[in-house]
Amino acid sequence: MIRLENVSWSAGAFTLEGISLEIPDASYAILMGPTGCGKTTVLEIIAGLRQPIKGRVYIGERDVTRLPSGRRRLGYVPQDGALFPTMKVWEQLGFALRLRRIPSTEIAATVEILADSLEIRHLLGRSVNGLSGGERQRVALGRALAAKPDALILDEPLSALDEDTRGSMMALLKRMQREFAIPALHVTHSQTEALGIGDKIFRFSGGKIVEEPHTPRKP
Amino acid sequence: MSRILRPEPGETGFWIALGAITFSYVGFLVLLIWATTAFTDPGTLLRSLQAPEIRYAIGLTLITCTLTALLSVILAIPAGYLLARSDFPGRSFIESIIDIPIVLPPMVMGLCLLIFFQTEMGKWIEQFVTFTYTVAGVVVAQFSIAAAFAIRTMHATFQHISFRPEDVARTLGCSRLQALWLVTLPTARRGIFAAGSVAWARSLGEFGPVLVFAGATRMKTEVLPTTVWLELSVGNLDAAVAVSLFMIALAIVILVAMRSAGDLR
Repeated sequence: MIRLENVSWSAGAFTLEGISLEIPDASYAILMGPTGCGKTTVLEIIAGLRQPIKGRVYIGERDVTRLPSGRRRLGYVPQDGALFPTMKVWEQLGFALRLRRIPSTEIAATVEILADSLEIRHLLGRSVNGLSGGERQRVALGRALAAKPDALILDEPLSALDEDTRGSMMALLKRMQREFAIPALHVTHSQTEALGIGDKIFRFSGGKIVEEPHTPRKP
Repeated sequence: MSRILRPEPGETGFWIALGAITFSYVGFLVLLIWATTAFTDPGTLLRSLQAPEIRYAIGLTLITCTLTALLSVILAIPAGYLLARSDFPGRSFIESIIDIPIVLPPMVMGLCLLIFFQTEMGKWIEQFVTFTYTVAGVVVAQFSIAAAFAIRTMHATFQHISFRPEDVARTLGCSRLQALWLVTLPTARRGIFAAGSVAWARSLGEFGPVLVFAGATRMKTEVLPTTVWLELSVGNLDAAVAVSLFMIALAIVILVAMRSAGDLR
């Protein structure tokens, strides 16, 4: 579960007031809204990259409001993937595991299993330069999932992809979220993405986040 | 990013005019180097460079420039990162202070250093290490100016590197310092090399502050720019030219190295 309770945040003239949101376990939620309304800020608050001035943030039953970003056990996929420019694909996938000092044989095994699931085994030895948009997002997703996070947040992960790649990535996102059985919050402008993979759809309206009536597609 | 242009029909005159302006300056610089080279011959050049004083100055220059470049980079990485990644009250004032050595005549920096080490605080510091008219003073004089150029280079480097990978690294378990060390610094390696090279090259040509603060004592605080001045002042043109050509060669090596680092993919 991801839960925001009455969260407020401000920087200069931009403010978010009393934001509340609840995404149940293993649910894939979509957050929509006009440009500049604060969707990315909400994700960054959940990720611990911005500190709310008021309110609480929960991941599962844990109150993570004051926890540093790295202790929230969260997978984060930003818009352009934000891959580490000097690392090869296998290093990106094993990054979080190396930080946790997991033995290298175990890291290698996890990376291979993940690479197979994401269909990027052939890319493991490649540097990130020259990867296509879809490949970059697969690597970013694998990097976010490698340490088995308690929740997944994605900031417009498909916006830079062409139509064909977007379709296959949507299916992959949904499949991986199901495999890991974690709640996901996916920010997008696209109605197609929202209707295609969302179990729940939230929308920014009048400075609040409201849930839209939505019947999820059958898998 | 720049792109390679191929002249379209009718544009030839435009590109020829630009080329003429550019190459006239390049030609001017090449002429200067050629004239200086033609002034001497290989035998005189080698003889001059083998003089004990000049060999000492070459050694001291290489050591002090390298030390200054290292110290400048050690300062420039945190300072450049702070300026590029954070916003705090008085930031533009701090940036202006850091830029002072870039705009000030170098001789003035030397004078400021000399006066500072006559104050109570300066005298207290010199109880531990003597800087005035010593080799340590040469490094301080070079560093006081070179560091500003290194900080500017690192500031620009960090501004051009996205903060997103660092954010991701933090969500994966890194502290801020780990994210900087594991993700951003490897990405900034070309900028770090450029900052060190700029500091090194700048120190190579530093004359005013070294002369005023560290003096021009032969076999003690004499670096190559000082040598050129000392040899000119006693009318030994051969030695002055030899040292100048050696410095030109060093400058070319460092500039080529910087360009090569910039072109690495």
